[in-house]
Amino acid sequence: MVDISINSISGEQELKSRSLGQETLRRLLKNKGAIIGMLFLLILIIAAVLSGFIYDYDTDVISQNIGERLQWPSRAHIFGTDELGRDIFIRILYGARYSLTIGSGSVLIGLIVGVIFGSIAGFYGGMVDQVIMRTNDILYAVPNIMIAVVIVSLLGTSTFNLLLALCVSASSSFVRIARASVMTIRGQEYIESAYAMGLPTWKIILKHVIPNSLSPIIVQVTLLIGTTIISASSLSFLGIGVPSPAPEWGAMLSAGRSQIRNASYICVIPGLAIMFTVLALNLLGDGLRDALDPKLKK
Amino acid sequence: MFRYILKRLLLMIPVILVTSLVIYFAMSLTGGDPAIYLAPENASDAQIQQIRVDLGLTESFPIRYLKYMAGMFRGNMGTSYVTKRDVFNTFMTRLPNTLQLAGASVLIATLIAIPLGIYTAIHQNTWKDTAGMIFALFGVSMPNFWLGLMLIILFSLKLGWLPSGGKTGLLSLVLPAMTVGLGLAALITRTTRSSMLDVIREDYIRTARAKGCSEKRVIRKHAMGNALIPIITVIGMQLSNVLTGSVLAETVFSWPGIGRLIFDSISKRDTPMVTGSIILCSVLMVAINLLVDVIYAFFDPRIKAQFMRKV
Repeated sequence: MVDISINSISGEQELKSRSLGQETLRRLLKNKGAIIGMLFLLILIIAAVLSGFIYDYDTDVISQNIGERLQWPSRAHIFGTDELGRDIFIRILYGARYSLTIGSGSVLIGLIVGVIFGSIAGFYGGMVDQVIMRTNDILYAVPNIMIAVVIVSLLGTSTFNLLLALCVSASSSFVRIARASVMTIRGQEYIESAYAMGLPTWKIILKHVIPNSLSPIIVQVTLLIGTTIISASSLSFLGIGVPSPAPEWGAMLSAGRSQIRNASYICVIPGLAIMFTVLALNLLGDGLRDALDPKLKK
Repeated sequence: MFRYILKRLLLMIPVILVTSLVIYFAMSLTGGDPAIYLAPENASDAQIQQIRVDLGLTESFPIRYLKYMAGMFRGNMGTSYVTKRDVFNTFMTRLPNTLQLAGASVLIATLIAIPLGIYTAIHQNTWKDTAGMIFALFGVSMPNFWLGLMLIILFSLKLGWLPSGGKTGLLSLVLPAMTVGLGLAALITRTTRSSMLDVIREDYIRTARAKGCSEKRVIRKHAMGNALIPIITVIGMQLSNVLTGSVLAETVFSWPGIGRLIFDSISKRDTPMVTGSIILCSVLMVAINLLVDVIYAFFDPRIKAQFMRKV
């Protein structure tokens, strides 16, 4: 990893006046895609949080209302109603809670686990490195969906097991990134001087190595939350994710499949919700990558 | 080269041993009791016990595993708990379907992605580039199974051009292949573009232009060959993903492939079927990765030279 603070094209004077975070933010705000992505995510997060206060889970989100079933989008129900007469708009808003929590939750747990193992592998090398990396290779080689299918079917269908399954596949990519970053940083002079000062190894890893390998990790977190949201909804679609009647987007799609002939909007809308959320995360991730490391920008 | 290939093939043995142990272990010890899944709803305890004895589930785990592996080294991958059919044969009847789907998807993806990737790289920072990249961004952000459903709504329900599921000849392959292929295309477009952009900045491209090559020739003769390596890597990696990862597309289109086979067998706790299929899949993946490496050597004389030295 190149030390990012010296990458600025603006002169020495200006460089001193801005911190690394400010500099990154300034570059990020120049990127239109990243701003659109951030705004969308911000609105979605606010809507997801508010939906818990405005709507009651038992009466508005999951209670059936057969009299109003399968109504096409109208003024009363702007996204229409599903096969059990539930308002799709409310369910989509409420469903954002599942997708956002599962997506960010499993990636963050995966991040912690992955960074710990990756840093250890990169820092110590040798046998430790071999064992961790070969195990990781196996996890990396099997498609994420299959790992998750195996874990969820063995442990049983529940939201927690889904989160667990997804964080296993998330952690394997962090192991690689953390290891690669740590190996480059390990040889740098400031690590040697930290050793010379007599700091214990764990303190060096925590204080010097991890902060300096942050930028590829931040980018990966953003992009991986998007991928994980897709995986979570895929598993719910297969019937082994969030159990019904919870309004998870993938589960809504799966339920809507039976109505695809006469009420196709039930299938269209949850998919759009997934797509735009992941799109926003991808835009933000690409923007962050360019902002954190201008050298990568083509 | 030949010895290198042989070495890689021998490396398959530990892969098979480790995978089989892990999967068999996971399925047997934590997977619940397959006898309960198999028994009729109102079966008595004695009947369930009888099923356990028939399946050999009463023996301890190490004995069961050793018996299973002994069978495998004699070429017998066991029989399914559920269908009582031979695991190897069941897998092999499903494999061609998956290979067809994977092949068609990769073909569609390559035909769209490589030209589009090169085009956007050549027109970098113009509206053409932006449009191509927005297409690719939408493609990677879209859940695959949802795209499949949208294609069904458009092409089979509204227009009535194509069948919405099952395997009934060439026409029924179109929608599943498009579903998997378009997602892949987005990914390969992004790789192609960035790989092309790297290459275009190289000195030898400037040299080629300086000596008066036409732009077309510069791209085709000088840039493309060198940009191909990362593209082949991504295609190879995705191909192994498509083989087992297409369970979603197979579900949406009721396509009888191996992704669906493994998924169904896991939920029925069919240990021999799951273990056998996953072993065969990992063998397939190793073979594909090997093929990709050989293709590298074919496209890049530098890598070929490396192979020669290594052996």
